Amino acid sequence: MDLSGLKKQSDFEWHILPFGQMRVPAIIYAGKDQLLEMDQKVYEQITNVATLPGIVKAAYAMPDAHWGYGFPIGGVAAFDPEQGGVISAGGVGFDISCGVRTMLTGLHADEVFAVQKKLADLLYHNIPAGVGSTGLLHLNLKEMDKMLSGGAQWAVAQGYGTKSDLERIEEHGRMAEAKPEYVSARAKKRQEDEVGTLGSGNHYLEIQVIEEIYNPGSATVFGLNQGEVVVSLHCGSRGLGHQIGTEFLKLMVTSAPKYGIHLPDRELACAPLDSPVGVQYLGAMRAAINCALANRQVIMHLIRDVFAEIFPNTSLPLLYDVSHNTCKMEKHQIEGKEKNVYVHRKGATRAFGPGHPNLPPAFRNIGQPVLIGGSMGTASYILTGTKDGLQKAFGSACHGAGRCMSRKKATKHWRGSQVIGELEEKGILIRSRSMRGIAEEAPGAYKDIDTVIEAAEKAGLTSKVAKVKPIICIKG
Amino acid sequence: MSVQRWEHFHHQADIGVRGIGRTISEAFEQVALALTAVITVPKKVKPLDAISIQCEAPDHELLLFDWLNALIYEMMTRRMLFSRFEVTIEKICLQATLWGESISNKRHQPAVEVKGATFTELRIVKTTEGLWLAQCIVDV
Repeated sequence: MDLSGLKKQSDFEWHILPFGQMRVPAIIYAGKDQLLEMDQKVYEQITNVATLPGIVKAAYAMPDAHWGYGFPIGGVAAFDPEQGGVISAGGVGFDISCGVRTMLTGLHADEVFAVQKKLADLLYHNIPAGVGSTGLLHLNLKEMDKMLSGGAQWAVAQGYGTKSDLERIEEHGRMAEAKPEYVSARAKKRQEDEVGTLGSGNHYLEIQVIEEIYNPGSATVFGLNQGEVVVSLHCGSRGLGHQIGTEFLKLMVTSAPKYGIHLPDRELACAPLDSPVGVQYLGAMRAAINCALANRQVIMHLIRDVFAEIFPNTSLPLLYDVSHNTCKMEKHQIEGKEKNVYVHRKGATRAFGPGHPNLPPAFRNIGQPVLIGGSMGTASYILTGTKDGLQKAFGSACHGAGRCMSRKKATKHWRGSQVIGELEEKGILIRSRSMRGIAEEAPGAYKDIDTVIEAAEKAGLTSKVAKVKPIICIKG
Repeated sequence: MSVQRWEHFHHQADIGVRGIGRTISEAFEQVALALTAVITVPKKVKPLDAISIQCEAPDHELLLFDWLNALIYEMMTRRMLFSRFEVTIEKICLQATLWGESISNKRHQPAVEVKGATFTELRIVKTTEGLWLAQCIVDV
């Protein structure tokens, strides 16, 4: 990125003052070296976001930002319905409510290494993953609507997990005011056999060892002990979310002129929050959030069954579940007044800090767990939200390492079998149905997660608690 | 190099699909092959069963967006891959027949699911050689 249009506020905060049609500034949280490597498209997209009607405070980009669809991936923006604010399908993304959930095992790494291969094979066998995979459940339309209204609460009522899981999920496992009636028949059709499937691409299931603790106090609250094993999974709302994203993107593009919205880029397609299209998308998108929460809840249940077979005395309590492609109505301080605004997080994780009223009592004093996944074979981090985070980016942090190389280039650089062999030498077992998929997801195709996390922490968005390293990775 | 062809182009997080042909219909057939190639090697997909697709959109670019998303929908709900396409476009209406087979993990080794076609780099242009080019980025 060319830095000439940026004003340095601190080593990890850079401002772009409003120009042209921009209604508010754009703020990028990143170190200078990261900015120099960042795609110029991020500059173009984040300044475009700043032109949208009803945007408040600023348009923000996280340290892992890269070229997205309308919004950059790693983009955060909030809109005020009282000022003609909009909702954008591109600002949420295709994989609605894609997110990460982490479970504790209480097992020491040595106990898991002793059965590493058996565990990898059993997880690979029992967790549906990859293109065309189907889950154990087939939902008819009536059950589909219940799932879309009930989220993880619906899954628990079906016997997947326990009620105590729910307080460890954003929105208590259920996004209120979801409207299954605004979800098309085609979107529901895509989902009828996909509940409880991992998907493909950058989605994964990892068995990880806690390598380092940075904040012993918070680690104790979270139940994290160095040398112990946790389980993390990354997936979203599957075909249903993709279909909703696609349909509303087109609907918002074609209806924008009717609402008098000038789009600097078609992909920024949006509709006023109070318009029929805006209301329908909000209801459908909330249903897709529930779909993702139900999906992760069912997969967690399958993982617990696998562990119960090998380690009969483990229960795998849930640490937390975060989503990173959402639009949520939240209360924030805007120009000294508390207001309800619609916060879009596209490839960004909610990161509420200590004292936030939306957090469960267990985390009220230290802030929510923020789960940030690295690339296959590298570290992931468990962090907390910060008190300053609310002022800095509506309580948001980055969501991952972010790619630095296209899939096409990655397949020219690496072969799947070579990547698997190299990771096995490091003690990491990979299981996947596709060698090309592995090559496309090679660790070298992603940015360095450590520097992304350092920037997010130094910018004051989030605070490190622990670093985890994978020992088993199941890819779609 | 043959006149009709497909190719992929770079995008940092996802992938671009492009089809080139003597007519818009041919370009649409080729871009469909490029879409299959995101998932597997098209030659590995046997054209055993046929299905039809119809789309209509206000302009050709939106028609391309709809065409690729209709293909993705058929692939995902039928759990099939396609390797042969016959497309007819009249004004802004598309009629297509596609041939393919059920996904086999063993034979096709599908690399990645395609979530949807996007408006990014969405373009239909006539090249200086008089050929039609149809392209966009697909989210994977």
